[in-house]
Formats: sequence, C-alpha cells, structure tokens
Amino acid sequence: MMDSYFWLLSLLDSMFRLATPLLLAALAGFFSERAGVVDIGLEGKMLMAAFAAAATAAFTGSAGLGLLAAIGASLVLALLHGFACITHRGNQVVSGVALNITAMGLTAVLGNAWFEMGGRTPNLPATARFGELTLPLAETLRGIPVLGSFYYEVISGHNILVYLAMALVPLTAWVAYRTRFGLRLRAVGENPAAVDTAGISVPALRYQAVLIAGLLCGIAGAYLSTAQGAGFQTNMTAGKGYLALAALILGKWKPVPTLLACLLFAAADALQTRLQGVVMPGLGEVPVQLIEALPYLLTVLLLAGFMGKAIPPKASGRPYVKER
Amino acid sequence: MSAGTGSDNLPWWATAVLLPVINVVLALIVSAIVILAIGEDPLGAMWTMVQGALGTSEGLGYTLYYATSLIFTALAVAVAFHGGLFNIGGEGQAYLGGLGVGLVCLAVGDMPWYLVLPLSVLGGAAFGGLWGAIPGYLQAYRGSHVVITTIMFNFIASSLMVYLMVNVLIRPGQMSPESAQFDKATFLPLVQDMAAAIGIQMNPSPLNFSLFLALAACVLVWAFIWHTRWGFALRTVGANENAARYAGIDPKKVIIIAMALSGALAGLLGVNEIHGVQHRLLLNFPAGMGFTGIAVALMGRNHPAGIVPAAILFGMLYQGGTELIFDYPSISRELVVVIQGVVILFAGALEHMFRPALVRLFTPKPAGV
Amino acid sequence: MHAVTVTPAPHSAPKPAHEWAVELVGIDKRFGPVHANKDVTLRFAPASIHGLVGENGAGKSTLMSILYGFYQADSGQILVRGREVAIKGSQDAIGLGIGMVHQHFMLVETFTVLENLLLGHEGGPLLAPAVARARKEVEALERTFGLEVPLDALVSDLPVGVQQRVEILKALYRGADVLILDEPTAVLSPPEVAQLFRILERLRAEGRTVVLITHKLKEIMAITDHVSVLRRGAVVAEFATAETNRQQLADAMVGRKANLEVEKAPAAAGPVLLAAEGVNVVDARGVTTLKNASLTVRAGEIVGVAGVAGNGQSELLEVLSGMLPFASGTLTIKGETLKAGSAYDPADARRRGLAHVPEDRLKLAVVKEFPAAQSAILGYHDDKPLGRGWRLDWKRVTAKTAELMERFDVRPRDPSLRTALFSGGNQQKLVMAREMEKEPDILLVGQPTRGVDIGAIAFIHKQLVGLRDRGKAILLVSAELDEIMALSDRILVMCDGEIVGELSAAEATESRIGSMMAGVSAGEEQ
Repeated sequence: MMDSYFWLLSLLDSMFRLATPLLLAALAGFFSERAGVVDIGLEGKMLMAAFAAAATAAFTGSAGLGLLAAIGASLVLALLHGFACITHRGNQVVSGVALNITAMGLTAVLGNAWFEMGGRTPNLPATARFGELTLPLAETLRGIPVLGSFYYEVISGHNILVYLAMALVPLTAWVAYRTRFGLRLRAVGENPAAVDTAGISVPALRYQAVLIAGLLCGIAGAYLSTAQGAGFQTNMTAGKGYLALAALILGKWKPVPTLLACLLFAAADALQTRLQGVVMPGLGEVPVQLIEALPYLLTVLLLAGFMGKAIPPKASGRPYVKER
Repeated sequence: MSAGTGSDNLPWWATAVLLPVINVVLALIVSAIVILAIGEDPLGAMWTMVQGALGTSEGLGYTLYYATSLIFTALAVAVAFHGGLFNIGGEGQAYLGGLGVGLVCLAVGDMPWYLVLPLSVLGGAAFGGLWGAIPGYLQAYRGSHVVITTIMFNFIASSLMVYLMVNVLIRPGQMSPESAQFDKATFLPLVQDMAAAIGIQMNPSPLNFSLFLALAACVLVWAFIWHTRWGFALRTVGANENAARYAGIDPKKVIIIAMALSGALAGLLGVNEIHGVQHRLLLNFPAGMGFTGIAVALMGRNHPAGIVPAAILFGMLYQGGTELIFDYPSISRELVVVIQGVVILFAGALEHMFRPALVRLFTPKPAGV
Repeated sequence: MHAVTVTPAPHSAPKPAHEWAVELVGIDKRFGPVHANKDVTLRFAPASIHGLVGENGAGKSTLMSILYGFYQADSGQILVRGREVAIKGSQDAIGLGIGMVHQHFMLVETFTVLENLLLGHEGGPLLAPAVARARKEVEALERTFGLEVPLDALVSDLPVGVQQRVEILKALYRGADVLILDEPTAVLSPPEVAQLFRILERLRAEGRTVVLITHKLKEIMAITDHVSVLRRGAVVAEFATAETNRQQLADAMVGRKANLEVEKAPAAAGPVLLAAEGVNVVDARGVTTLKNASLTVRAGEIVGVAGVAGNGQSELLEVLSGMLPFASGTLTIKGETLKAGSAYDPADARRRGLAHVPEDRLKLAVVKEFPAAQSAILGYHDDKPLGRGWRLDWKRVTAKTAELMERFDVRPRDPSLRTALFSGGNQQKLVMAREMEKEPDILLVGQPTRGVDIGAIAFIHKQLVGLRDRGKAILLVSAELDEIMALSDRILVMCDGEIVGELSAAEATESRIGSMMAGVSAGEEQ
C-alpha cells in the first residue's frame, strides 16, 4: 500500500516538473491568442530560448544570465512574429511555421559552431542551473504519514521556475479578467474594430500581447535547458510548443482549464516511462506510443466537437484592416 | 493568403520571377550573416555549396533526388492552398504514404518493378491521402481547423509508425526497427543505370525513376487546377467559399477531396524514398521534407512551373550543405533549415512587405494632377 | 452647387456658446484613383439634427470617418466649437466630444453591456472601481435620455435595436457632444425606428448635436433640422428641412430628375412555375428564420418581396435557390414537388431552369480575384459546351464571356480583367447576363440595383421587365420600396421571418406596405 502511495507521489512530482514548460508556453499562447494573434511559433521561441539559456549559462556560469538571454532571444522572435503579422498583416500560421523552422536550424548551426558537440551545449554544472528549493519545514514534516510526505515529495523540492509557472496561472487569470489591460486584450481578440473605435491602438495592444508571449516562452525555454535539463540538445523542445497549443485549445483559451490540460498531458508523459512493459489487467500491454500520442488524439477529438466545442477568440488569425 | 493574386496589377513576371528572386536573395543574405557570425567566409561557403550541388554528376544526382521528394511535398501544399487550406501535415502524410508504399512492395514479392510501380503509387497515394482526408473531413464537417489537426496528425503518424516498426513490421531477429528488404526485382531503376544504357556515364547517386513520376505529377496538377471543372471548383472554394456554395459546389466535398489529393501527393514521397532508395521500411525517412515542401511551394508561388525550380534550388541547398561540412567543419547542414525558415518568412508571412514597393515601382505616375 | 445659407434652427434648447458645434472646411480625400470627398464644407449647428443624404458611394461615410479620426483628410480643416483641431485617431475625436454609431456595431459580443461601455474609458488600471463608477454614471445617462439597456446582459443576447442603444449609450458615456449615426435605421423595424427618433429628439433637447447619415428621404423629412446632400464626393445642396421636400432632395441626390417609373404593360400571368408551401428554415442556433412561408410565382409576372433587411428575405431567396435546406414544408418547381430533406442544391436548381441573382454580389455572385471570364461561368462551369469532358476550354469560356458582355453592355469589355476591377454596376450586369443567358423559367433576384449607378439601374429594370414579358416567373427581393413598387405585379411583405401579407400592384401604397413591414396587421393600422 505504502509502496503504491510513494509511486503515486513520485508520479505527481514528475507531473509538475513536466507540466511547467507546457504551462509557461500555454500561458504565452493564451496572451497572444486572446489578443487575436495565432501563435504556432511557441515551439520555435522555446527552442531558441532553451539554446540561448544553455549557451549563456555555459559561457558565464550563471543561470540567471541564461534566463535573461533566453527571454531576449524569445522576444526577438516574438517581435519578428509581430512585425510579420501585425505590421505587415501576414499570415499568422505561416509566420509561426517560419519561426519554428528558423529556430530549429539556427540553434543547431550555432550550437555546432560554438561548442562542436554535434549541436549540444556542454553539460552545465549545478551552479549554472536553477537548483531545487526545499520549502520551509519540508524536512521536519517529512516523517508525518501521507500529508507530510506529500508536502515533501510533491510540493517541495522543485526549482523556482516551477513555482513561478504555477503562480502565473492565478496571475494570468487576474490580469485577464480584473484589469484594464485584460479587458482590452480580450476585446481585441474578439472585435478589434470595437477597440479601434474606442480610441485604443490595435497594433500596440497586439504587440504587447505578443511580447508577453515572448517573455513566457523565454522562461519556458530556460526551464528546459537550465532547470529540468543540464544543457541544450538539438530540437530539445520536441513538440512541446505544439502540445502547449493543444493544452490551450483543450482548456478553451481559459487559464485554469489550460492548467488542468497541461497537468493531464504531463501526467500522461510521466506515466509513459512508468508503464513501459506494464501489463494492464484486461487490456494487455498498453503501447507506449499510444500514451505518447494521447494528447494529440485528445486535441483532435476536442476540436472535432466530440468533447464539447472549443470556440477560439473570434478575431484570431485575422489581421486587422480598417474598413470603410 | 488569398488565392495567390493580389489586388494590384503587377506584370506577371514581377510576381512570378522578381518576387521569388528577391526572397531568395534575402534568404541568402541572412544565411551569409549566420555564416559570418560563425566566423567563416560566406562567399567561399556558397561557392562550395554550388560546386557540391552541381559540379559533379553525383552531386547533380543527389540534388535532383532531393528535388524529387520536394516536388511531391510542395505540390501537396499547393493543391491544398488553392482550395484555401494550409496543409502543414505533409510530413505525416509522407510518412504514412511511405508505409503504404512499403506494404505494397513487401507484399508483391518478386514482381518486376514496372508492374509494382503503379501499385506502390496507389499504395502511397491511398495511405497519404487518407492521412490528409481525415483532417479534411474534420475541417469540413466538424469545423476543426486543418492547421491544428494536421500538426496533431504529424505527431500521431510518428507514434503510429514507431509502434508499427517496433512491434509489427520489424524483421525478426533484428535490433534496429527496419522491415525486411524488398525483392531486388521491385527496385526502381536508378537514373545512372538508365543513363548508362544510352551511353552516358554518371557517378552513383540515389536519383531514380521517381523523378519522372514527380515531373508527371507537376503536369497533372497543373492541368487539374487550371484546366478542369474540378480545378475550377477547387479554386472557387479557395477564393470564396460562399460563392462556391452559390455556384452549386459543395465546399465540404471539395475540402475533403483537396486534402485527400494533397495527402496523396505528399504520400508519393514514399515512392522516391522507400521504393526508389531505401528498399525497406524504416523510421524517420521523410526527414523534414514535408516541412520543406511549404517553403518550396511558397517560393514557387504554388504553381508547378515555380515549384520545379524552387525544389531544385532547395535540392541544391540540401546537397550543397552536405558537401559544405567537409570543407567547413564548423558549418552544419542545418544551415539549410535556417534558409528554409527564412524563405517561408519572406515569401509567406512577409509577402505583403515587398509587394507594395514593387507595385509603386511598376505603377506609372498619373499624368497631370 | 446650390448656394443655400443655413441658419441654426429655431429650437428652444439652451443657447449654445458657439455658433457651430462642428465645422468641416474644404475637406478633400482620395483613395488611389477614387476621389471620395471633393472640397467638402459642412457646418453642424449645436442642439440640432443634421441630415446627410446621398446615394451609396456619394462619400457620406468617408466624410464622417474623417471627422471620427478613422481616416485623415488630404486637405481641409476641422473646427470643433470654433477651434481648429487635428483629429489623428478615434482617441482625438472622442476627446473632442465626437461620438459615432457605426452601421456595423462596434461591440464585443462576448462582453456584457457594461464591459462594452467601459472599453477605452476605464479610468484606471483596475476594473473593479471602474465598474462601480460606470454603473452609477450610466444609470444617470439612461434616465436623462430614456435609453433603457440591461447593463449586465451579454451583448450577443440582445436584439439589434437594443444593441444600437448600447452604441448610443457608449458614445454618450464617453462624453459625446456630437453624435454621428451611420445608416442607423437599416436594421430596424418601423417601431424601432420611431423609438430611435424619440431618443434623437431627446438628445437634441439636451443640447447635443446629431448627424444622421441616411439615404432614406422620409427619415430626413421626419426628424432633421437641416440637410446636406452629397453627390460623387461633393456637397451639391443644403437646405433647412422645413423649406424643402422629398422630390427636391431626390433630384439633388441623383443630379437630374429622378425617374423610377418603369414602363411596362399589365402582366399576363400564366401557370404557377414556383410555389412554396409552409416552408420553415431553422438556423444553426435553432432559431426559425423563415416561418411557414407560402407563395406562388406565375409565368409572366414579377412578385416583389418587401421588408426591412433581415426579416427572412435572404433566407427565402436561399431556400428557393437550394442554398439552404428547409426543415419542413414543400417547394414546387415547374410542377415537381420537393419535400424537406430531398436532394436540392443550387446546381440542381439551375438544371431545373431556376436562376438566381443573389443579394450580396461580392460575397456570393462573383469571385473578386478571378478574371471576369471565370466569374462569368460561376455556377455554369459544368456546362457541356464550355469544354470537353472534365476539361474547361478557356477559349470557349472567353468567347462566351465576350458575348455576354456585349449583350449586357458590360464595360470595359475585357474578359481577362480581374472581376474586382469592374464597377459595381458592371459587375451586376455581368451577373445578370450570366443568370439570364439561358432564358431561365424562374429568376430569383435580390437587390438588383444595390450599389449600381443610375444609368445601369434603368437598364437592369428593363431587362427584368423584358424577361417577364417573355413569360418567365420572377421573384424580386429589394430593400428599396420604390423599386418593389415600380417593378412588381404583386407584392409580398415580410416581417420577422414571416410573409405577413400580399398586395396587388394596384392596392399597394407606401404606407400600407410600411405598416405591414412593421408587423401591424391591416385591422390595427393607424
């Protein structure tokens, strides 16, 4: 009994670790898409940021500087996305795809040239990474059955970015629904003409949203290479950006449901390694690939309306053109 | 991304030639900057690439072999595009198409290649087409956006293939997930052998009979889109779905057919890769060609006559890139991927940036006033 | 140009501090080759209602968009309360006390009324205090101007008339002293119009200035104090409303004696070619948009359908032409009866000899991006003579288009020119040519002269009467009552998705049709 409880605790523990980059990227997507700018480029921004963080941390030995570099790199891509989609009213999906492919190539080329390790960056020492924090009293309470061990194993012992990501969920909800900025953000994603005729600049608002998305993707990328991992590997995002997008859709473009979707995907990911070769009663051996594909299947089913309807912000994907 | 025509009247060659050339030049400038940042000589590197891609019959063969795959995936993007759809699922459709091709080739035993080819084309088109038609159906009847579903289908295809290769199709007693090899009789002829038969000496390369299939596909796609009633229906749906409904065209059917055709074309990549070169099923053979097809299609203005040169250009980049790393070890072949991304950015997302400037250049100043 | 001096109206409103609320002086604006406003000078008196009339494309909306900061004029001055101002965006206009109610409402449908009012006028970074303050202020405004609106309802749940009140309230809440309304009555039923006019009068009484853009002369006469007429971007006449009449305004609008009379002989109606019996259409939201529609159209007659836009006429046309499925009832086309659920689509309709000129030309009838020749075969691209088998033969298509262009005088006569580059009238003539080319037994026509110049209107009307005289059945839907009355042999009136009445051409008068459009049955007519 105790064994399976600890198995569950360790599962939950890895769920939070795996959910963090998804959540950060999904919240990035939240800001961008609620403002009416579709962001397929979460993947590319995260990848670029992961590389910038690892490279900077490798050169300077500082995880903090790495984080700053990650945010900077991601912001550059976000600005480019804004330039194409907001200033030049380009196709948002095409722009996102372009950024993803560019990031994939650029990180590999630069990584190879700078570190000559086949695209990887050197392994970062613990000092150049975000370390795990032991929360107050965690050691003391550890002995208490059930709750104490839950606190020690699941709540405590993550790095700062995990806590930041979790705290960003209520913060995002508050910003979106309780502030002037949030009101305008949601309005510009639904009906930009209403925002324009209210005397508010549509491009300025959308640029702000896109830059917030850049900031959050930057943190997500830094998490991958300098907190969860200890260095950059070629294409290390491996579809997490798309998965985050799927979580955002599954969460119907709302912060808390998006968090739940991220946790679900992360739990599936955590289970995957644990279920390898496990025979389920009645089902036989569950193919690992099925669990791997589960988030994508769920998203397709949801989008097809088999699990309730996901209605995107009305103006998303459409460049704003003043009409006569 | 309206159906390729802007609201201005540029001379056709400005749209067809000048804009793509500007895009390529910009992409090359960006990559030159990247090469400079690495500390290498961009001009030297580019010369090496051109030499590597065109300088030898082997290089040329490789270039055209890459171009063959790209023609298929770019035509796939173009057909969907004319129906108003952005298919970024070429990678997954090509993957599944390859599976179809492989299953056919495994099943036919020692049938001669010219009898197998129609079957493997059918197999690739059917599997790829199905993988495109499902997102098409979901878009048409369930309103789920084809961009998102095709992305998801790429991942699902990948998981499915890993499962099949590892658990079902793997050749018994082997560690790496590969199927048994096809019978030698089924192998598509290589172009070097065909050339040798008429007395032309070529160094070995994977360029095979699929090249001719790709060129035939170009002609068929061109005729289909611009010279058939179905093509007219497809373009009408792409340009104005309401007008299509008014005209008695069922947009839902057209969307499914467009995505099926698109997927089928992408699936033909499998003929080149699996039937023509690898001669067995394995993992990851599309190798990003499905995504590169987007860049090729955008640069080729979604027209076969533009897609062929664009595919050859990207074929050169792939092949030249491989040569490049021998002479310039600090440059990796992913430079091609950067160029690809930049081309998509300039030719796709920023298509509106240069056009107005060109329009100003070509619009005669109004007399008087 | 008429030189008519305008004096502020003799109203009892408090004497304003300035002679003019807003002055537009020498406003000039071009969009590429289109000269939208030519040296326009207009002055709006405080505490008055000023009408701005003109045909579609006369430049009314552009002018007001300049005043609201949506566009900048190429030259000219704007003076507000006597002071020259620069209006670079809506923000500036709002700051100067100028508000605008657009034809298409600028509301966020997923927001509540209150959130819509707040947008851009939050007064601080947090919403909670703003909401409390706004609620109080808005309630005061509601009382002052008699504008009742449920503040916590979602906009998407409100009927159009109430949404319009939200728009007016929004402008007032943002401090509008001058309120511009762009074609506000287009979407309203007559009782809603009456209600709107009471609100406008209240605004005037409170000292606000109202600018009313419309092309309905009746409304100008009913409510304005002054009226300016725009034609082809220029002001061609100005009047004090009390000193003018509809004929004079109409003449000024079109630039010559407007003659909507169509010469036609009495109808020689033959057998019924098109009939509908109890047809219901239910939309995706489950709302019945066409209720129990029954009608007949005989050979050799034109049946007109009158009604305020959005009262089921569009659905009627779409269901008859096969574009919309119907939930119950039957259609009978040339004696063949179709039940709900039977296979019937536009292609099928054309095969049965039913042609359709749709209401929204650019949205449905042509593809802007295509060359004219390709728009000219839309819906007929499966015709055998246009190709061989699967193929389309562009030589034949081009020849066919040239023939259509010749017959309907489409200019320029260039089948390879992009459809978007033709004027509205020429696009419409191309569509009419395409649909009438096969001498269809039944022709459905929606808004045949919307956005069409005067010359082309007469031509189109003549073609329709000609088709009728050749023994074909025509169903005509139009928002222009004059057009309905000039062309129809019988008139059906629609209101709220229902056909509420039928009048013969002889018994039809504007007031009778008008009260039926408003849903007032014959018995309770005022």
